[in-house]
Amino acid sequence: MLAPAILYVLALVGVPFLLAFVYALGDVKVGSTDYHFVGLANFASVLKSPAFQRALRNSIVFTVCSQLLVLVFGNILALVLKDAFRGRRLVRFLILLPWVAPVSIGSIGWKWILDSLYSVINWVLVRLHLANEFSPPMWLGEPTLAMISVILVHTWHVLPFATVILLAGWTAIPKDIPEACAVDGAGYFRTLFQITLPMLRPIINVALLFGIVFTFTDMTVIYILTRGGPYDTTQVLPSLAFFTGILGSDLAEGAAISIFLLPLLVLVAWRMLRTAHRAEVG
Amino acid sequence: MAIVQTRGLTKVFREGQVGAVVGVDLESREGEFLVLLGPSGSGKTTLLRMIAGLEEPTSGEILIGGEVVNDMTPKERGIAMVFQSYALYPHLTVLGNIVFPLKAHKMRREAREKKAQWAADLLGIGHLLGRRPRELSGGERQRVALARAIVREPSVFLLDEPLSNLDAKLRASAREELEQFQRRVATTMIYVTHDQVEAMAMGDRVVVMNHGKVRQIGTPAEVYDDPADTFVATFLGSPPMNLVQADGVTIGFRPEHFLPAGSEAAGSPSTLSLPFRLDHEEYLGSERILYGRIEGGRFGGAKVVSRLPSTFHPDTTSGGLLPFQVERLKLKFFDRESGARREPVAIE
Amino acid sequence: MAMGRRTRRTLTTAARWGTLAAFSAALSFPFYWMLITTFKRTSDLYNLKNNPFLFHEPPTLEHLRLLFRETLFPRWLWNTAVAGVCVVAITLLLALPAAYALARLSGRWGARLGIAMFLTYLVPPTLLFIPLSRVVAALGLQDTIWSVVVVYPSFTIPFSTWLLMGFFKSIPRELEDAALVDGLTRFQTFRRLIVPVSLSGILTVVIFSFTLVTQEFVYALTFISSAAHQTVGVGVPIYLIRGDVYYWGSLMAACLIASLPIGAVYNLFLDRFIAGFTFGSVK
Repeated sequence: MLAPAILYVLALVGVPFLLAFVYALGDVKVGSTDYHFVGLANFASVLKSPAFQRALRNSIVFTVCSQLLVLVFGNILALVLKDAFRGRRLVRFLILLPWVAPVSIGSIGWKWILDSLYSVINWVLVRLHLANEFSPPMWLGEPTLAMISVILVHTWHVLPFATVILLAGWTAIPKDIPEACAVDGAGYFRTLFQITLPMLRPIINVALLFGIVFTFTDMTVIYILTRGGPYDTTQVLPSLAFFTGILGSDLAEGAAISIFLLPLLVLVAWRMLRTAHRAEVG
Repeated sequence: MAIVQTRGLTKVFREGQVGAVVGVDLESREGEFLVLLGPSGSGKTTLLRMIAGLEEPTSGEILIGGEVVNDMTPKERGIAMVFQSYALYPHLTVLGNIVFPLKAHKMRREAREKKAQWAADLLGIGHLLGRRPRELSGGERQRVALARAIVREPSVFLLDEPLSNLDAKLRASAREELEQFQRRVATTMIYVTHDQVEAMAMGDRVVVMNHGKVRQIGTPAEVYDDPADTFVATFLGSPPMNLVQADGVTIGFRPEHFLPAGSEAAGSPSTLSLPFRLDHEEYLGSERILYGRIEGGRFGGAKVVSRLPSTFHPDTTSGGLLPFQVERLKLKFFDRESGARREPVAIE
Repeated sequence: MAMGRRTRRTLTTAARWGTLAAFSAALSFPFYWMLITTFKRTSDLYNLKNNPFLFHEPPTLEHLRLLFRETLFPRWLWNTAVAGVCVVAITLLLALPAAYALARLSGRWGARLGIAMFLTYLVPPTLLFIPLSRVVAALGLQDTIWSVVVVYPSFTIPFSTWLLMGFFKSIPRELEDAALVDGLTRFQTFRRLIVPVSLSGILTVVIFSFTLVTQEFVYALTFISSAAHQTVGVGVPIYLIRGDVYYWGSLMAACLIASLPIGAVYNLFLDRFIAGFTFGSVK
């Protein structure tokens, strides 16, 4: 009964996975059928290329910044959402929308909000005298702002997911624990930082691990908002692989770039197995 | 050490929530072990939580050491509490758990380590300081919870059913430990339980609660021998007090006072004879419980229970009809409407 | 104490509602903005003098008309629906028996295989899209909706198997034994007992697989090159733009239509879906 599912997944994940290595170690191009083994030449040339180095740096900045924001905001949100209140279902729906709606479509919504000419954010900023009417911020056209924009939009997209996971953790803390803290004389912040947050570590780990995978390997937000621009300043590894391997038809180099996603994935998978194992034992 | 008082303490919950408290007036004595006893939903835990400062009263006052504490946080009340689940911090070691309240009160490091050691030794858990709660047995967890409570030398101890998570065997020894602990620290303790055996065994006084109201306050002997109403009479004691109706009053007598008529006392004016139709019996090793009805007379048909030493063998030759009797002095009289105690009436 | 209890409680409540309001507003703002844009006349939309939050001219249905009459949008909706139904069918067909087998595998191997299955769900499209594009070409599926129909189950099956495994495991074995003793065959037990009991899990899988078809972007973008064969998730953001001109009114209308219904349904099943991610580290 297991066999069909396993075969299907092996054929469409296992085989391409191996093919990725075959491509990366050879010299395949779209339209040609020759294959020569070139060893690690593709990896060497990728590592030397400034575009790759920049993309790697951007990927790290993109992942670290958005995950930090997600952890802070996610915990704050979980904290205010955990107790029942009137209208909780509606608030929850509004807060979850960015995750449950297709990300490509949410991103195009942001593209309109961050439009160079008709940005509603700029309209507000100008009215508040925080921006100049004649040279408003170019959210997607200026390197630093573009990076900030894609980080914030991606955070917007994954925050609900992390929030729901963290919320499950927060609601699982017995009511006795914060009460015991109160009786023991601990204030709000001592309870938060010394008791509840440390207790939540396993679930925070889970949220973070998934967040890292979904962020480091994703290119949707960046592809739609900036196409990696301006001048590759928001190019990340997945989008670089796409531009090189699919649009640029250099399959070998594209595959090599993709494979650089692997070490992080292995690390995350390993941590996840440990978390799962602990949950199984304890 | 301090006296805890409540004045007209009331907590009203939204509809559907149980555990409301209605106008409770209570005053503990210095260094006393005061037990709040009642069935679940009787408001005893709510009362305790209001004293702790975890629940805000709807009306009424709470005083600790003569001072109104209604507006104080739990921290400012100088109380310690042991929770039903013990609420040990799972990610901290035993030592970490014990020093946590001291840290919260900003005690210096050396002082608090010394204090923690003292508390741990007092409870005999000095060897467990490096362990985490999940590596401890139920009894050890209870001791850690007590150590965490005592370490601050609180003026009042509040305990919310601390034995209910232990298995029956462990419970007896844990109860004994708790008693010894209370004698040693001689601090006022308010102890919530639904278990009458715990209440009787440990309490200096017992507060019996039902439906949010205090039904009776007294020593274990007082509440058992002199119940204030039919609720207290039937809630305490197992099997509960026999209640029979006659002439507009309810008359109660304990199963252990409902005895076979001895030949010499039979017909004496100090006893009331009641023919007992035995239905079935339970043999419990040290004692024997007889179930049946009173036959004939003004109590005829009333279901009653008798508790006898197991050495008694009921004579079943006469079709299970046995001559039984109760000493008149042991009869309790209650108002039939309200269930409250009333003066005795003459009965034949 | 400086502050009374009541004051403090009022402050806490205010802070909480303030936080909730700020986050709800920020997180749902783009959808609100889609709504406003959808019904605004183009002249109003592009007049920089106007307050963009208000309607300066009467609302219009013109953008919606344009969207449904003159773009490929209805076609994309249809493509998505067809692909969605096929992916759901393939997923259920393969994941149901696999999950049942894993749940009933004795010992640790069941759980381990289950986790291994789950981990393949984490292998990202961006790692595989280059070789897969060749596989798709080799199968002769490039530039058709069938390319994604074949590929999407490669991650809906692992996740669904994992999720269903949890559901099946929670069914007591005695229940099944009772059915067997009562004379049902294994297959009858599965069909008449296991499936109905875990219906909510199966529904979760259906919703998850279907929404994935609308949400996935990278594979559809890679494998399908003609606008007419796209799903809604790629069609709207990429092909609703003519040259360099963005028809924001119609674009936002399309976004609204493509996201809200999916979002609403997904929202109902999110809790069960999330349970699959937490590995029981929340008890």
